[in-house]
Amino acid sequence: MGDDNKKPDKSTIIVHSGDIDKIYSALIVSNGALSMGMEASLFFTFWGLQRLQKGGLEKGPLSKMHFLGLGKWMIKGRMKKANVASLERLLNDFRELGGKVIACEMTMEIMGIDKKDLNQDIIDEYGAVGTYVNEARDSKITLFI
Amino acid sequence: MAEIKVDVTGETCPVPLVELRKALRKAAPGEIVEVVGTHPASKKEIPMAVEALGSELVDVDEKDGVWKIRVRK
Repeated sequence: MGDDNKKPDKSTIIVHSGDIDKIYSALIVSNGALSMGMEASLFFTFWGLQRLQKGGLEKGPLSKMHFLGLGKWMIKGRMKKANVASLERLLNDFRELGGKVIACEMTMEIMGIDKKDLNQDIIDEYGAVGTYVNEARDSKITLFI
Repeated sequence: MAEIKVDVTGETCPVPLVELRKALRKAAPGEIVEVVGTHPASKKEIPMAVEALGSELVDVDEKDGVWKIRVRK
């Protein structure tokens, strides 16, 4: 738990999707977990990796009713009205509270993404399935988004 | 002991929880953090977070849709 000596509970999320709404879900759940005294890691793979590309964080389409960007534009307008935090702010908070960003090396190859294309300042670790399993086996929360 | 003030008026999920956590990390043991906000769910969830963090909920006030929660680290 929080600040005592017991090992904190943990949350591990596979971020498979690069859709903007799903990136929001992954970061909001993780930030909630960190805020409630848990550890958190985000394991980016497949389409999720594109969000770690330089300048790519906000570039994902909407998972439904994207309509060539019109749907995303509408949802972003509503988010602004509701004063929802930007992905950049959520990611900064995630890292400030000790959250760990892991990029999957195997899928980087499939997606044609090179390390130099990625925003390496925000990536704590590169790994493959073994890294995920090691994180997840001690996790009370594990999700595939 | 000094009081740390956190204003999350107008902010929505998950910002109130995150800002409380950030303030508690910086606070010294025994120090009070006061959070002021308007997001209704956070008024219910901040006490849950305080319990999970092993901190102490001092009091919760609400007036005209603005709540004020005091937490002792």
